[in-house]
Amino acid sequence: MDAAPSVTPVSENDMRPLAIEARGLVKRFDGTTAVDGVDISVPEGAIYGILGPNGAGKTTTLRMLLGIIDPDEGVRKVFGHSRPHDIGRLIGYLPEERGLYPAMKAVDAIGFLGALRGMPLAEATARGRELLEENGLGHAADKQIRQLSKGMAQTVQLLGTLVHRPRLVVLDEPFSGLDALNQGKLERMIRSLAEDGTTVIFSTHVIAHAERLCEGVAIIAGGKVPYAGSVDAARDRIPAQVRLETRAREGAWRAALPADARHEGDYWYFSLPDSGIEPLLRALIEGEAGILSLSIERAGLHDAFVHIAGEAAARALEEGNAAEQGQ
Amino acid sequence: MIGQTAPAARLSLLRAAFVIARRDFLAILLSKAFFFFLLGPIILIAVSGGAGAIGAKAAKNAHPAQLAVAMPTEQAHAFAAAHDRIDPLVSLPAITLVDPMQASDPAALLQRSGENYGAVLTGSLTQPVLTGTEDQIRKWQGEVALLAATASGADQQSFPRVVTESTTTSGAAKKSARAGTATAALTLLFLLTMLLAGMVLSNLVEEKANKIIEVLAASIPMDAVFLGKLFAMLAVSFVGIAVWGGIGLAIMGATGGLTASLPVPAVGWPLFVVLFLLYFAMAYLIIGSVFLAIGAMAPTVRDVQTLSMPATMLQLGVFFLATYASTDLGSPVELAAVIFPPSSPYAMISRAAQVPDLWPHLVALAWQAMWVVLFVRAGSAMFRRRVMKSGPQQSGKRSLFGKFAR
Repeated sequence: MDAAPSVTPVSENDMRPLAIEARGLVKRFDGTTAVDGVDISVPEGAIYGILGPNGAGKTTTLRMLLGIIDPDEGVRKVFGHSRPHDIGRLIGYLPEERGLYPAMKAVDAIGFLGALRGMPLAEATARGRELLEENGLGHAADKQIRQLSKGMAQTVQLLGTLVHRPRLVVLDEPFSGLDALNQGKLERMIRSLAEDGTTVIFSTHVIAHAERLCEGVAIIAGGKVPYAGSVDAARDRIPAQVRLETRAREGAWRAALPADARHEGDYWYFSLPDSGIEPLLRALIEGEAGILSLSIERAGLHDAFVHIAGEAAARALEEGNAAEQGQ
Repeated sequence: MIGQTAPAARLSLLRAAFVIARRDFLAILLSKAFFFFLLGPIILIAVSGGAGAIGAKAAKNAHPAQLAVAMPTEQAHAFAAAHDRIDPLVSLPAITLVDPMQASDPAALLQRSGENYGAVLTGSLTQPVLTGTEDQIRKWQGEVALLAATASGADQQSFPRVVTESTTTSGAAKKSARAGTATAALTLLFLLTMLLAGMVLSNLVEEKANKIIEVLAASIPMDAVFLGKLFAMLAVSFVGIAVWGGIGLAIMGATGGLTASLPVPAVGWPLFVVLFLLYFAMAYLIIGSVFLAIGAMAPTVRDVQTLSMPATMLQLGVFFLATYASTDLGSPVELAAVIFPPSSPYAMISRAAQVPDLWPHLVALAWQAMWVVLFVRAGSAMFRRRVMKSGPQQSGKRSLFGKFAR
C-alpha cells in the first residue's frame, strides 16, 4: 500500500474512507487533451456515476483510474494504491466495448475472467456455474458465447466481472445496449452490490440511471469535471421551483411574487425565494389571492446538469441518447 | 447475491502470463487451425531440404576444395610451376604446398579442421600417390597425372600412374556438408518462425476484434498479456515439433536410420538439436515480440495488417543476411548478423553447424533473451500509450497517417 487513504467526503459530512481518489488527472492523445484536470472522490460502499455526453472523457477517466493507461499529470489512488494492478483482485471491470472469446463456453468465460483476477480456475469456473444458475442462465452454461444472444453474452460478461467478489466494481456504460427489462435487472444488481458494501462506479450518458441509483456523481464535459459531489448537492445548485394556482387573477398579493414569476395557463411558476415559503404564503393569504394549490418542486438532475455543464453539453447528452435509441 | 470476501493480492507477472498462455494454448490446440499448422512443415521441410542442397552447392563454390601437395620440396615447386602454366588453359583444382613432414599421415591431414583439403598428393612426380575420397580422386586423378607429367618433363604419351588411397571423408567434404546442414537448419528455423510470428499476430488481431483486450489490460499488466501470448504460441510450436519429430523418427526407424546419411554438425547432433530448439525459441520470441509491438502500435485491425508487411520484409532481410553470413564465418558481416537481434539466432545456428565452440552460444542466448524482454516491455508500453484511446475507432488510414497529413 502506498499510503493510507485520505478521507475526502462526497458530501461534507461523509467520513467514509475512499475507494477511489483522483486529483488533477490529465490525459492527452496526439496533442488533444481528452481529460483535463479531473478530481473525483468515491467513498467505499457508494454508488457513484460519471455523467457526461459521448466523447466527454468518461472512458479515459475510468481507464486511468483502473491503471489501463497512466495519466500524463495528476494522481489516482484505488483503495490507497497508486498502481491499481497491485490490487487487481479487489476490482471488477466491465468495459464499454464488451467482448468475450466466441468459441468459449459461458461458464469457462466466467472462469477465465475470475482466473485473470487471481482465482484458481476450477474455483472460478464452479462459481461461474453458480452465478449463471442464480441469474437464470444455467441452461446456457455450456453453450459457446457465439451461440448466446447479445443480452445473454453481456450478462455472462457482467457475471465474469463479479465472480471474484470484488470490493470495487467499475462499469463503463453498463446500460448501453440493454433492453428495459435487463436495464431494470442491472439496476437491482447494482443496488444489491452496494447493499453488500461493494463500491460501484459507472459511467453513463443517461441521467435517469444516475439519478435513480447514485449517491454521488461527477459531471464531465469536454474533459473537465465542473461538478463532483452528491446528487442532492447537484440538485440544490438550482433553487426549487414553486407552482401556484390562485382563484384571484389580480390583486395586491401580486406584488409579493418574486421577480422571476411567470404565468402559464392556470399556474404561476417561480423560484423558491431565499426567505422561504412562509412570508410568501402570508402575503398571499393577506392579499386574498385564494390559493387553490401550491407545490414546491425540487430541481431534477437533468436541470442540474444543464445548469452546471451548460446547454451544449446537455444537447450532446440528449443527442447521444437519441442516437442509441435509434439503433 | 455477490458475497463480500476478496483476498487482497495481485497475480505475479508469471502467473498472470500463465493464465493467458493456458487459455491461448488450449484454444489454439483445439482449433481447426492447429491441424493446418501441423501440415505446414511438410511443405517447409521440402523447401528447406531443397535450400540445404542449394546451400551445400553454394558452399562448395564459395570454398572450393584444395589439393594439398606434400612432395619433396623441388618436386613440389616443379608441380606448382606446372600448375601455374596449365591452369589458364585447363580448369585445375587450387593447390597448396604442404611440408611433407605434415603429411606423414595424409588421411589425418585431410580430416584436419580449419583446412579445406579435398585430397592430398604425396609420393613423387613419377609415382604420385593421391589420397582422398573416392569422389575426389575420380575427379582429380587425371589432372594430377597431367601436372606430374608436365612437371617431370615427360611427354604427354607417358603419364605416370597415380596410386590412389581412398578415405571415407575429407576436411573439405565435411566443411561442405556442414555448410549444407547450416543452411538447412537456418532455412527451417526461418520458415517455422515466420509461420509462428504470423500466428501470434493473428491471435492479437483476434483479441482486438473480440474486444477482449481491454478486459485483459484492466486485469493484469500488458507485459503479462504479451508474455502469455508469446509463450502459448511457443508451447504450441513445441507440440508441433514433438509431433513432427515423432513422425520423422518413425520414418527413420522404418527406413533404417536416416541419420547415417546426414552430415554431422560441428557441435554434434544431440547438442545441435538442443541449440536448434533454443535458437528457434529465441528467434520466435524476438520476431513474435516485434509483431506484438506492431499489433500494439496499430489501433485497428487494418493497421496491424498494413504494418506487418515491413516486419515480414525485415524477416526476409534477416534471413538473407544470416544465409550470406553463414558462408563467411568470422567476417564482419557474420559478426553483424550475430549481434543484430533478429538475425542472431539464425547466424548462431549456422555457426553451431560449422564451428564446435560452445561459449559463443551462451553469450548469444543471453543477448537474445535480453532483447526479448526489451521488445516485450516496449510493445506493452506502446500498447498502453497508443491503443487504449477511448471513443470510436478511427479508420486505419486516418489513425496511422493522420499525424503526417496534418
